[in-house]
Amino acid sequence: VAMAAPLVLHLLLALLLGSGGRSGAEPERDSLREELVLTPLPSGDVSATFQFRTRWDSELQLEGGTNHHFLRYAVLPREVVCTENLTPWKKLLPCSSKAGLSVLLKAERLFHTSYHSQAVHIRPVCRDAHCVSVSWELRQTLTVVFDAFTTGQGKKDWSLFRMFSRTITEACPLASQSHIYVDISRNSQENETLEVSPPPTSTYQAVVLGDRRTYAVYDLLNPATFSGSRSLNLQLRWKQFQDIGSQLVPFLHAQRYVSGYGLQKGELSTVLHNTHPYRAFPVLLLETVPWYLRLYVHTLAITTKGKENKPSYIHYQPAQDRLRPHLLEMLIQLPANSVTKVSIQFERALLKWTEYTPDPNHGFYVSPSVLSALVPNLVGAKPANWEESPLFSTMFPVSDSSSYFVRLYTEPLLVNLPTPDFSMPYNVICLTCTVVAVCYGSFYNLLTRTFHLEEPKRSRLVRWLANIIRRIRGVPPV
Amino acid sequence: MEQVQFLGPGMDPVSENRPHPVPSGESLHWLTLGEVSHGGQQCFLVSALWAPGMKAGPPQPAGSLPLALAPLSTFSKRPLSTAVLEALSAEESSKARNLENRLEIDGFPPSPLVVKDFIVLRGLCSPALGRPGQLLNGHTNNWAVLVCTSRFWFNYRHVANTLSVYRSVKRLGIPDSHIVLMLADDMACNPRNPKPATVFSHKNMELNVYGDDVEVDYRSYEVTVENFLRVLTGRVPPSTPRSKRLLSDDRSNILIYMTGHGGNGFLKFQDSEEITNVELADAFEQMWQKRRYHEMLFIIDTCQGASMYERFYSPNVMALASSQVGEDSLSHQPDLAIGVHLMDRYTFYVLEFLEEIHPASQANMNDLFQVCPKSLCVSTPGHRTDLFQRNPQNVLITDFFGSVRKVEITTERVALKPDPSSLGYSHLKCQKDEELTEPLNYAEQLPVAQIIHQKPKQKEWHPPGGFILGLWALILMVFFKTYGIKHMKYVF
Repeated sequence: VAMAAPLVLHLLLALLLGSGGRSGAEPERDSLREELVLTPLPSGDVSATFQFRTRWDSELQLEGGTNHHFLRYAVLPREVVCTENLTPWKKLLPCSSKAGLSVLLKAERLFHTSYHSQAVHIRPVCRDAHCVSVSWELRQTLTVVFDAFTTGQGKKDWSLFRMFSRTITEACPLASQSHIYVDISRNSQENETLEVSPPPTSTYQAVVLGDRRTYAVYDLLNPATFSGSRSLNLQLRWKQFQDIGSQLVPFLHAQRYVSGYGLQKGELSTVLHNTHPYRAFPVLLLETVPWYLRLYVHTLAITTKGKENKPSYIHYQPAQDRLRPHLLEMLIQLPANSVTKVSIQFERALLKWTEYTPDPNHGFYVSPSVLSALVPNLVGAKPANWEESPLFSTMFPVSDSSSYFVRLYTEPLLVNLPTPDFSMPYNVICLTCTVVAVCYGSFYNLLTRTFHLEEPKRSRLVRWLANIIRRIRGVPPV
Repeated sequence: MEQVQFLGPGMDPVSENRPHPVPSGESLHWLTLGEVSHGGQQCFLVSALWAPGMKAGPPQPAGSLPLALAPLSTFSKRPLSTAVLEALSAEESSKARNLENRLEIDGFPPSPLVVKDFIVLRGLCSPALGRPGQLLNGHTNNWAVLVCTSRFWFNYRHVANTLSVYRSVKRLGIPDSHIVLMLADDMACNPRNPKPATVFSHKNMELNVYGDDVEVDYRSYEVTVENFLRVLTGRVPPSTPRSKRLLSDDRSNILIYMTGHGGNGFLKFQDSEEITNVELADAFEQMWQKRRYHEMLFIIDTCQGASMYERFYSPNVMALASSQVGEDSLSHQPDLAIGVHLMDRYTFYVLEFLEEIHPASQANMNDLFQVCPKSLCVSTPGHRTDLFQRNPQNVLITDFFGSVRKVEITTERVALKPDPSSLGYSHLKCQKDEELTEPLNYAEQLPVAQIIHQKPKQKEWHPPGGFILGLWALILMVFFKTYGIKHMKYVF
């Protein structure tokens, strides 16, 4: 079994606490929880999020606690995610695509989607107040968005079989909890717009991303879920489809782009939107820009509603050529219902010719910027019991129920660097050799060639053959 | 029963510093001097540690026979290995045996240490070890290194070639941990692929060779000549994960498959660098000298592929190529929905051939040589077997493409804890393997004399092809134009 960690680490943001070495003790208790959340979207698409949590206890002590000096951030701006990334990811699952929800993870369907995201999170969880003993938690999440038009053939009715070409026959035997949640928030009104069959065993209400949502719950460990048929094929059917539904715009979202023209300079801009109607909140923006885009920090400008917005905190570490990228970290206050633009100008560097990739005209990738914020809720939420709540609400647990933590990644950027023409060495060699050969050769001939008359000497055989041909032609012989 | 312990080589049996004779009942030491071949068997040569005044000898190691007498004086003067070698001759052996018999008769315990200024050397011989220099029977594990060296969407067929060999090799039993798959570009999830997560080998999308559980070890920019040579020779940085290493040993059969764009004597990696046939041959020689393979099968599917195996000089390498020098390997069929050629002809027919092989198949290499005749492939596939010891007739396809193990079913119980009395011996035997005083002699495996003195192969004469003909026509035309057509009339 090949080690999955090196491949999957590309998508991992890991917190390394101390120089942890395994103590070699056997885990005393471990548990697996698996969960699938289906969210129909206003456009007719459906989003499916798998989450698998494996937790095990260990005697490993947290050495020294959380020290920010041990925090490392590494990012690979572009990795083509395909079945070869999914295979080792699946091998980390205890049931490994044989039973339970992981049966649905078939590559051919998962990559024919408009959005695909996989992640692995590892973190220690304190078991007591002083954090003397910890459990380790491994969370694997996979989110896909099925497009109504490319995979759904235009129809907006979904079922598990249509999405994954599989149905669920049983829960993973190693799982202590195995649930499917379907977002039926639209059914809170009198008229039922979305019908879910088979009917759910229960419903669950939660405040997710600041908004109250209702979920239909299917417990796969409950034999009543599979009553009748041996397989579970959830179906979502729209009774009345309203294109203009309540558009759920997140309170914090961001975009990033490069502007400018030419291959010498440009401008990098990040636009942050705060759509909360009345609350302002701070956002921590982390930007790592590779060294070959030389940032000019004196051109850093943060504007909100036309006015300059001075950040509460700036940390900047300049890049060193070929050693280290730029690191820019800022704490920016976003006023309510506003758009903030952070822009900085840069100059493109010329790389050495061996540093170019085999396809340099494709461009070079710039890693996304990371925004971390505590976004205030719109509705009040009561603090939940973390052990009982579903996994999707405990990804980033917050003790204060008035806000929730969110970490956003903007899109990665593709910039063109001034690229040399790699066919030029060959062209130059051909051209100069031709020129030298023609010029020098001509000069040499002119200078050294002499002409003198020579009697043509024919051999007898050639003359005899030529005479025969001449006789045939009727021409006098030689 | 006294314990017999063995010490490593390099210890002088003559130890003047031992103060008193070792009483019986205490464990005595036998010294292993070296590994030699004797009478067609491979033997470990041992001698007992001797001290002046010793009367009783140690018990003989079980199964040992006296091999030689070495004069005591030689041990103190010369290094042990040469002394050992000089001691081995027929007369010495018989002398030792006679001496031992006489001692037995005299009533002394039959384990002579030192007799009249001679040290008797005993040998522990085992026919199972095989003759040194003889090819050890069979391989114990299989590895595969599959390389696709081309980038960009229009080279879809090279990725499909490599994946079809990967699929066959996995189907026949080689696990992912023993396959190093290098793909220079991603075709399956390429935005231009109309069916994501699939790579097809047959048109009309019949066979998806990408599969559902593919593991690619080197992807995209990691497929470089340097990484490929590091994988082959084992010189990888310490941080390389296990899945990216070729952890083969001297009993591994390795399959190496390469595809891409190539020319006479080189193979192009990702349009930016090349590997030459000389580099490849040298890498294989490094592998041979480091004992990283038992037998190797090298298949290459590029234009002028036969040039890549021309320079091999390491033993136990068999090579196949899709085309001869001067020929191009052609692609098979395009798929109109995907828009590119799906496979190369040679690998397409190899895949069809391999689809019929199952793990217990008895098909041999001669069948693989016939796979793509000129009528189907347009190019002439070639192969090279002169460096290979065995007859290709006797080499099974599954020796390289499969991972067939010999399994013996027994109803006896096997004790997992090792026997303490044999612990010392086996431990030392392992240690001995690492510290051989003389490298094994492999000269007989490679018939160098034959290769040197063989007559050069007569190359077939081909009439000049289109380009050469056209060039000559142009030269003649220019010549007669410059010097005037009137000269022609003197000829006719």
